[in-house]
Amino acid sequence: MTNRVLMKGNEVIAEAAIRAGCRYYFGYPITPQTEIMHYMAKRMVEVGGCFVQAESEVAAINMVYGAAAAGARVLTSSSSPGISLKQEGMSYIAGAELPAVVVNIVRAGPGLGGILPAQGDYFQATKGGGHGDYRNIVIAPASIQELYEMTVAAFNLADQYRMLVMILGDGALGQMMEPVLFRDVEPNVSTEKLWATRGRKGKPEHNIVTSIYIDPDMLEMKNRELVAKYAVVQKEETRFETLNLDGAEIVFTAFGTASRICRNVIRQAAEMGIKVGMIRPITLWPFPSEEISRIADLSHVKAFLDIELNAGQMVEDVRLAVNGKKPVHFYGRMGGNLPTQKEILDQLLAIHEGEVR
Amino acid sequence: MAIVFEKTKGLTDKPFHFCPGCTHGIIHRIIAEVMCEMGILEDTIGVSSVGCTYNNYEYFACDMVQAAHGRAPAVATGIKRVHPENMVFTYQGDGDLASIGAAEILHAAARGEKISVFFVNNAVYGMTSGQMAPTTLLGQVTTTSPFGRDSAVQGFPINVSELLSVLPGAVYIERVSLNNYKNIQAAKRAIAKSFRVQQQGLGFSMVEFLSTCPTNWGKEPVESLRWVESDMMPQYPLGVYKGKDLKV
Repeated sequence: MTNRVLMKGNEVIAEAAIRAGCRYYFGYPITPQTEIMHYMAKRMVEVGGCFVQAESEVAAINMVYGAAAAGARVLTSSSSPGISLKQEGMSYIAGAELPAVVVNIVRAGPGLGGILPAQGDYFQATKGGGHGDYRNIVIAPASIQELYEMTVAAFNLADQYRMLVMILGDGALGQMMEPVLFRDVEPNVSTEKLWATRGRKGKPEHNIVTSIYIDPDMLEMKNRELVAKYAVVQKEETRFETLNLDGAEIVFTAFGTASRICRNVIRQAAEMGIKVGMIRPITLWPFPSEEISRIADLSHVKAFLDIELNAGQMVEDVRLAVNGKKPVHFYGRMGGNLPTQKEILDQLLAIHEGEVR
Repeated sequence: MAIVFEKTKGLTDKPFHFCPGCTHGIIHRIIAEVMCEMGILEDTIGVSSVGCTYNNYEYFACDMVQAAHGRAPAVATGIKRVHPENMVFTYQGDGDLASIGAAEILHAAARGEKISVFFVNNAVYGMTSGQMAPTTLLGQVTTTSPFGRDSAVQGFPINVSELLSVLPGAVYIERVSLNNYKNIQAAKRAIAKSFRVQQQGLGFSMVEFLSTCPTNWGKEPVESLRWVESDMMPQYPLGVYKGKDLKV
């Protein structure tokens, strides 16, 4: 416990990136992620890295594309409307198979929306967002400590699979303070990046980073390679946490900030003699479908209750995983509002009344 | 027999796909020649953009990165910040640089990014078949200005070299042409100067090339070269717009 420090989520993300060996940050200001930029503006100078305030989110993600192509560990961060602008670049990064980490501290939408916490970017984050057939690894931490661990992991995953990894937080996680322990991390599990453009320097062939394949057969071959890579990621990198599933009658599905509220409701329900468990996806893509399907097979599980800070997005993946085996209920709040424990407990009690008793 | 001329090693053996009479090929060759003559081919990273030269990563023998439409200066910024010791250039057309990428080029120049921008102005969109470009001349007929560009409807051409030359971050800007041998030699000297500016870490530089597009102009190749002089040059005068007294 000795080395714990009290820090804001956004600052922890920035520090984690530095500790993971990231020395390049490109970004454009937007609330509620601005502290990442502020922290990087100072910290990059201290560590001899590079901080550039770009002219737009579009430029920032393309600077990321360039730095990643050049072989560097690189970060950009933004919030929902800014992430929409980055989608073009994110599709190119996927097409060119470049490793990069993008942080989305989600705010309420659509449009300019509001600046308070939300989870309305689940669809955009997990279903592509940009054009074409591609996937990003999407990680949704639920605590400041996990923000640290997962940001470090994100850089390693990005390098390992040559993929874009998104940290999907929200305004609450970004702005709240919690104690964090900066455990020593292995900064670089990365490869040599022989594909990177660093100048030819005597190589027999020049290196090319591109996402364009005019020949349809070449492009389809590339598509198939990506599909095969994504299948490996699904098999190897799906992460989730389960809680209290032993004998659970109702199971929460929730991620990030919403899961924190559910955690408290589980305790309240237990005091009332109702057994409630939870599965919290840590990676939203790859999604823990198999585990959810397994839970749906448990005879003591009577129903699922999905809680999100949106109009119901992840619940679609939960329903696909449950595949009709058990009822899946949903409750969400929007606009930057968080559901109270009481609101969720009331939903829980109604489901318990209807489907468990 | 003595070799009096050979193809530059700055280009790969991949045949160009450019239309007959298009001067993109000349620009590629002289950039490649300069890289070899300056001994920087092994240190240079080029950025391809979107348009007729989207795939020039297959032509230049240096390391190459392909960028999204208009974003080459941002991509080059990322590369140059990671490898400040390397030479980094972008190769962009007028639609790419002056329209969709207007923000990226303006801010790369404003930041004084130590990159070389090779800007090819042929007053038309080539790849997508002859639409009006930001640099299309008044009165010029294109597929999207079929009655000729009318300033009251489609506004005015953008003179990019003049525009960027007022920024302190831009240290060398020159407009050149490929319409005759003398101008091609001048264009080559401008490319070399741009790379030297970058080598010496002085800041942003750009060479604007007045280039032909016989296919989309609907003109014969020779007629196209004449049109560059008769019609383009009055709107886009050749010359050094920034860094006239620069000693590099």
